Amino acid sequence: MFEIQVNDKTIKAKKGETILDACKRADIYIPTLCYMEGLEPTGACRVCVVEMEGQDGLVTACATPVEEGMEIQTHSPRAVRARKTNIELILADHPDDCLYCVRNGDCELQELAEDLGVRERRYFGDKNEYDLDDSSPAIKRDPSKCILCGKCVRVCEEVQTVSAIDFVNRGSETIVDTAYEEGLNLSNCVYCGQCVRVCPTGALREQSHIKEVKEAINNPDKMVVVQNAPSISVTIGEEFGLRKGKDVVGIMNGVLRRLGFDRVFPTSFSADLTIMEEAAELVERIENDGDLPLITSCSPGWIKFMEEYYPDFIDNVSTCRSPQQMMGAVIKSYFAEEEGIDPENIYSVAIMPCTAKKFEAERPEHTRGGNPDIDAVLTTREFARMIELAGLDLSDAEPEGHDTPFGERSSAGKIFGASGGVMEAAVRTAYNFITGEDLEDMDLESVRGLNGVKEAKIQITEDLEIGVAVASGLKNARKILDQVKEGRDDIHFIEVMTCPGGCINGGGQPRGMDMEAVKSRMKALYNIDKTDKVRRSYENNAIKRIYDEFLGEPLSEKSHELLHTTYKKREDVLL
Amino acid sequence: MPNTSTNIRSELVQSLNKNPGDWSQDLQDELKNYQHKELEKPIIYIGTGTCGLGAGAGDTLKEVKDYLERNDIDAEVKEVGCIGFCVEEPLVDIQLPGRTRVGFSEITEDKVEGLLDSVFNGQIPAEHLVGQFKDQDLEPYEDIDYIEDHPFFRNQTRRVLENCGRVEPTSLEEYIAQDGFQGLAKILRTTTPEELCDLIKDSGLRGRGGAGFPTGLKWKFALDNAAEQKYFICNADEGDPGAFMDRAVIEGDPYRLLEGMILGSYAIGASKAIVYIRAEYPLAITRLNHAISVLKEEGLLGDNILNSGFNLEIKIKKGAGAFVCGEETAMINSIQGKRGMPSPRPPYPAEKGLFNKPTNINNVETLANVPGIARNGPEWFKSIGTEDSKGTKVFAVSGDVKNTGLLEVEMGVRLKEIVYNIGGGIADDNEFKAAQIGGPSGGCVPKQHLDIEIDYETLQEVGAVMGSGGLVIMDENTCMVDVAKFFMDFIQRESCGKCIPCREGTRRMLDTLKAITRSRSQEDKSKHESLKRFKSVVYLKRLSNVIQDSAHCGLGQTGPNPVLSTLRWFRDEYEKHIYERTCPAGVCKNLISYNIDEDKCVGCTLCAQKCPSDAIKGKQQVPHYIVDDECVRCGQCVEVCRFDAINVK
Repeated sequence: MFEIQVNDKTIKAKKGETILDACKRADIYIPTLCYMEGLEPTGACRVCVVEMEGQDGLVTACATPVEEGMEIQTHSPRAVRARKTNIELILADHPDDCLYCVRNGDCELQELAEDLGVRERRYFGDKNEYDLDDSSPAIKRDPSKCILCGKCVRVCEEVQTVSAIDFVNRGSETIVDTAYEEGLNLSNCVYCGQCVRVCPTGALREQSHIKEVKEAINNPDKMVVVQNAPSISVTIGEEFGLRKGKDVVGIMNGVLRRLGFDRVFPTSFSADLTIMEEAAELVERIENDGDLPLITSCSPGWIKFMEEYYPDFIDNVSTCRSPQQMMGAVIKSYFAEEEGIDPENIYSVAIMPCTAKKFEAERPEHTRGGNPDIDAVLTTREFARMIELAGLDLSDAEPEGHDTPFGERSSAGKIFGASGGVMEAAVRTAYNFITGEDLEDMDLESVRGLNGVKEAKIQITEDLEIGVAVASGLKNARKILDQVKEGRDDIHFIEVMTCPGGCINGGGQPRGMDMEAVKSRMKALYNIDKTDKVRRSYENNAIKRIYDEFLGEPLSEKSHELLHTTYKKREDVLL
Repeated sequence: MPNTSTNIRSELVQSLNKNPGDWSQDLQDELKNYQHKELEKPIIYIGTGTCGLGAGAGDTLKEVKDYLERNDIDAEVKEVGCIGFCVEEPLVDIQLPGRTRVGFSEITEDKVEGLLDSVFNGQIPAEHLVGQFKDQDLEPYEDIDYIEDHPFFRNQTRRVLENCGRVEPTSLEEYIAQDGFQGLAKILRTTTPEELCDLIKDSGLRGRGGAGFPTGLKWKFALDNAAEQKYFICNADEGDPGAFMDRAVIEGDPYRLLEGMILGSYAIGASKAIVYIRAEYPLAITRLNHAISVLKEEGLLGDNILNSGFNLEIKIKKGAGAFVCGEETAMINSIQGKRGMPSPRPPYPAEKGLFNKPTNINNVETLANVPGIARNGPEWFKSIGTEDSKGTKVFAVSGDVKNTGLLEVEMGVRLKEIVYNIGGGIADDNEFKAAQIGGPSGGCVPKQHLDIEIDYETLQEVGAVMGSGGLVIMDENTCMVDVAKFFMDFIQRESCGKCIPCREGTRRMLDTLKAITRSRSQEDKSKHESLKRFKSVVYLKRLSNVIQDSAHCGLGQTGPNPVLSTLRWFRDEYEKHIYERTCPAGVCKNLISYNIDEDKCVGCTLCAQKCPSDAIKGKQQVPHYIVDDECVRCGQCVEVCRFDAINVK
């Protein structure tokens, strides 16, 4: 620790940190735009420029390391003028359509313009106009609104190692685009949506299904069924100003009914179903020398990533559909039969913390006889939007329960929302499948938390120890897969989640990279698990019933037809 | 390659560890051969650098070979690089046994036969003659001037360019015959890397790429960062419009650059070096590839160079020619296979550069200076130049001067000497107006500062920079707003697009320049363009300052220079454009109009016939008139009028 001078005040600074880090700790506000916590700074936007004694030009607070005795002015007239001018310059090339923009009122550019007191158009000239890239099922790109901060490019390259988008062209014609400027649908994008969450403007957003869902609700011939992913109930409250990580499951059910949904099911039910099938698959592979390690298949971004980059692992990936798709399949089969309703008249909606789920729902494998198992996918953000559009709030409903027949869940199905949760849930059930006994010490602490790669060794029987690994974020998935590729053979089961930390930090979650919120959501899920009465998937009564009445047993023929799927290597479209 | 015997080459390289005085008599005789002192047959030298080829030297070369075959003449033909006198190309030198070498200019294909007929018949023609090269060992021609006394060469001090156009660039023997690799051999024998850094520091050599950072100090930073792997990069991404110094050095004397690189790599402790060169320089790349393979064969590259225990591998990385890739961190990104975009500094490349290893980057001309310093010592280098700028500087001179081309002058030479002595004055006897120096990041030096001594600091005082050596001379018919517009357009197009001030700021500056060179009739009233035009002028200075203050890299920070420097010295011209909407130099097409002087026009109809847009009306033998709305301002009428009747205002 040493001292530096900021705005004529002495503050403490640590070697290796940046001016911005030191100022943050000292509660000195410096606006930023392209800055991303945890990633190497690029110094692109020049909004965080500050004046530094002894330097000719201004320096960026985000990229300049502190040095002892440094003298900084964060809000000198020169620094503020540069900041403001840079924002004015962006605005000079920005479509003036804030009132019509998806980010109106929730836009970092708007906020900066306001904070810096932009009140006058100082710079004029042509604006760049580009076509909307509407090609992908999950993400919409509007390059006209892009301010080239590069956050999406960095998250795609550095966090996900996908690099579906990058800067192309030069000068004022620079834009962010896919390889050969093809649409996103022809790119290697895995639709994880992390780019959408970091985009400061309306340049990146999900393909919204709000309109379709509202139409279905307003159609008297349709029964509209909704499922919501495990992480939704601990996240949606944030969009309405509630405490981070507050579980609002009952109120959420009430709100969903007020929105007009006819049936409300927790996806945690089908997460339990997934565990039944996947644990059975794991046991089967272990006992019969099948392809190991088994790798989870819940996260559709990971599945596309695997098909693009690691097709050698196709046989290792569990054939289980994701909980969303299992729920979709049993809604339009078992549920339809029970209700005596033509599946064609069921409109099945999934509320997901994810953009890739929109892509997953459209995969041809998940459509039977021209009727997709899932008709529409709403992100957490769209869900909040729908509530607002209906003039509602989370205070407008009383807590209510889920509907039958898929209304029950175990807490194992709930912790699916956090990285490591699927693993923990699967181990609980697999233990039972192998030993016939209930696992007593259920908390598998070593696979919890936000580390990118987590591992554990679990003694199932005296002769059987299984190695498990959990990776979240595709960069981390690469690490573990590359180890397996290079011959590592002590891992039997791998959980991969596309987004760092799992679904609680998914691409459909509230904007921004609020890791405090992510931690709170994670904590909320494990708190639910800690106190829940039913903590093992096979103990879920609704699960018992569906196997008794409909599916038979895990990995049965019926299960294979409805609950399992296939993958294929994605040939390089462009080369 | 004639004259090349691997054995002799290897012997020469082996002898590098001895003083040339201690070389065997046989080898000394061989050396004379490579110095072109004892010829058995005539040599015809043809300047086939890229500039020569552009002027037709390729056809000349072919015709020379055909001529020799046709006439059954036994002579050697040597392709050499550019001697710098580009305006007079193709250049052909002829040397007969025992006699001095004589240079001729503008020898296009059709002139070959006449020239060679004459020379081989014992007659040196006066036509196209440039002069003879001084050489005390050879018999000079009487009544022929020495090239060294030619005004273009007389005022130059050629150190970096000493071999360019004179030696065969593919021949290692010829380079060694000009004392090449003596410096390297001496350093490897006697000097530690640390001492070499100090030696270069002591010489006062500063980076020739533009910023002028002391080279020895830069090397020392990289040396002091210990690492198992370090990299040495040569920046040959020459991107300033009109600059071709680096290309000429590489094409004309590639071994000099490589010797400089080996020395630099030794100084910082790098075992891998890279030449980052734009792919638009195919000939330079060929020459470098050839030279690298020869040096490898002879053990001057690879393991244990000259038995010193020092290892070095040099690779070539071709760049796509982006201007910004001349910036060190952008270049490093480009070499790593990423988009050429600058990264924040610190960390500086000396600490964390290519593949995160300590890296040093120097420009071609800087490195081409190093062998001389290694051979002759720092005192020799700093014996010329000014107090803070030592040695020489190469300039690529273009524009409205008579002698355009490549020249090398002592630091501190006065600008007017370059313009009037070496450059031969302004073409067509027009008035000098300004010199644009330093490329897009540089500025314009006006007439009142023609007297300045050219060095790093003085140029900065008048708002220009040394830059890499582009020097554009402009005469009275140049519009300075138009010049600023040209450079802003370049900067804008070459911006990497990363930071807002450079990407968007230079764009709006360019928009402003476009707006003030537009006529009122081109403005859209409904969009209040006239008001916007004025407003953007008001904010031009503010915008410039913010760009300088907050852009990410040197390209952006110096981006406003073309405007700021012209605004500083030629404010009146801007004001004429802004307030009066006229272009005093008559360049900005939208601000000028063509009128026919009724008193002078005789109605010959020639202009009306020539006019491509039928804007000139009138009957035969009656004074004509121009319909302004239809006139496209091509100026053809002015050219054809024999009565000086058309005015441009």
